[in-house]
Amino acid sequence: MHVLHGADLAGPTFNLIDDVRRMLALHFMVNAFRAGTVAAVLGAVIGWFMVLRRQSFVGHTLAVVSFPGAAAAIWLGVSATAGYFAGSIAAALVIALVPRTPFGRADGQESAVIGTVQAFALATGTLFVSLYGGFLDSVTGLLFGSFLGVSDSQVVTLVVVAVLVLAVMVVLARPLLFATVDGDVAAARGVPQRALSVAFLLVLGCTAAEVSQITGALLVFALLVMPAATAQQLTARPVFGLCLSVVMGLVVVWSALGVAFYSTWPVGFFVSTFGFVVYLTATAIRVASGRLARMARTGGTPRTSPVVAA
Amino acid sequence: MTGAFFISAHPFLVTAFGAGTAIALAAGLVGYLLVLRGQVFAGDALSHVAFTGALAALAFGVDLRLGLYAGCVAFALLLAVLGGRTSADDTVIGSVFAWVLGLGALFLSLFTTSSSGVGGPGGTSGVNILFGSILGLSPRQALIDVVVSLVVATAIVAIARPLVFASLDPTVARSRGVPVRALSTGFFVLLGVTAGVATQAVGALLLLGLLAAPAGAAHRLTARPFLAIWLAAGIAVVSMWSGLTVAYLVPAVPSSFGIIGVATAVFMGTFVWTGLRRRRGRVATTAGVRIVPNGVPGAV
Repeated sequence: MHVLHGADLAGPTFNLIDDVRRMLALHFMVNAFRAGTVAAVLGAVIGWFMVLRRQSFVGHTLAVVSFPGAAAAIWLGVSATAGYFAGSIAAALVIALVPRTPFGRADGQESAVIGTVQAFALATGTLFVSLYGGFLDSVTGLLFGSFLGVSDSQVVTLVVVAVLVLAVMVVLARPLLFATVDGDVAAARGVPQRALSVAFLLVLGCTAAEVSQITGALLVFALLVMPAATAQQLTARPVFGLCLSVVMGLVVVWSALGVAFYSTWPVGFFVSTFGFVVYLTATAIRVASGRLARMARTGGTPRTSPVVAA
Repeated sequence: MTGAFFISAHPFLVTAFGAGTAIALAAGLVGYLLVLRGQVFAGDALSHVAFTGALAALAFGVDLRLGLYAGCVAFALLLAVLGGRTSADDTVIGSVFAWVLGLGALFLSLFTTSSSGVGGPGGTSGVNILFGSILGLSPRQALIDVVVSLVVATAIVAIARPLVFASLDPTVARSRGVPVRALSTGFFVLLGVTAGVATQAVGALLLLGLLAAPAGAAHRLTARPFLAIWLAAGIAVVSMWSGLTVAYLVPAVPSSFGIIGVATAVFMGTFVWTGLRRRRGRVATTAGVRIVPNGVPGAV
């Protein structure tokens, strides 16, 4: 399955430079690092906005619906990459049809729709798997990631899509931040909330599809939510927070790929575990620094992240 | 009428219909309250925890159900604790369940390598847990599922009235002496048990559909809670029956797809239905009412 072959060659020497050199001598690992880097940067940037907008549920749904897209593509004999994107973008459009609450937070009725879209999409995935007739290993590959087989042309596709998405995001970022942080004032100033929210859903869909090629449909969410949540625990400043999020994402993906190469355990496990450890550490730091600040000047307001404040 | 004939002709269909009916009943009742309380994301998280719990049990050689129920109930209690302090922060829930799912990937890999290699029984049971195999339930398993589901359904009916009150207006409910906190914890535990039992019917990944789709449809059709909760249960049971029938008649269709497909179609149908009613200018007070996060019903 997605067990790496590095461990079969030789164990790690624990000489870091030597180990990295040995790993990068293999072409598939170079491609894995390229794809992982692109996925980490994109996931961290778009995830930061997702966490700020409290659209984790939508993000998770768009991530898992790339699975039926890919399954359908394999059944039809088209490239799985196209399937990933088609699945996520189609789901983003369906969710965009549902009326939103101004702050973008899913209420009961809307989240019932999102949940149904997710379950139905996954059910469709099982239908395609059944129609294709037994590619069980591919199922676990699609769901939990198999970055071993990232080809050169796939890396090129990933880079092109990432550049496009980030370019769109550069245009969207300011009004989106305004609309997210203070929806009422933004609406009064003529910021097109609805259009922004649909555009962001599409961006989120493309990102989810892109990241799922490296982590698998089920674990995309780790790269979307964890670096961003970590950054927002540590700072409320947008630019600094975005940079922090990207750094966290890169550290998590690179170290996970490196460790997975010398281990028999799947890469998705390392990505989500490292991400979670970083997130827990950041939460501990925030709580501790809040305590310290309160102790230092009694009566002062403790520092809170925008998520907690909201 | 012909339905009864083909069901009784195959023992495995009798088992599937029996267990399926009870599971759908419990899922419909719990799902209605889940949507009312705006906690669908918690259901989503539980559906992934169910997968990890079951695979952990398989990897360590314990009975699958033990891991399933233990994992779901433990995570449900964790959600109850987290949701107690702040109002269920979806970033925290998301981070935790993304990690739990990563653990699931590890257990899948451990179990697959420990049982006869790639594509062996390990891979099959992994996929079965994800997508369900109600047609493969043994009569004894089905009996346990029926008992568990009926216990959940009875418990929900018993606490429905105070729970709806506490969900719609927690502040007033608390001042009237309703134990809001205890009800919330109890509901999470029932949700966890439902996730465990529904995983065996439609699979870990699809149980969210059985919880959300019938409930979403019921919410669109009526604003009266005690009508809607039974409507949700009814839609879930009908979806189960028709989904199983479709899966039996068309062999290429997996049973889980049939069940979720019908439930989704009913939910989509309610959008058309309320749309038509509104166009004809007969917007009754019951139609098109939605629940906003703090529980105040408002017009769409």
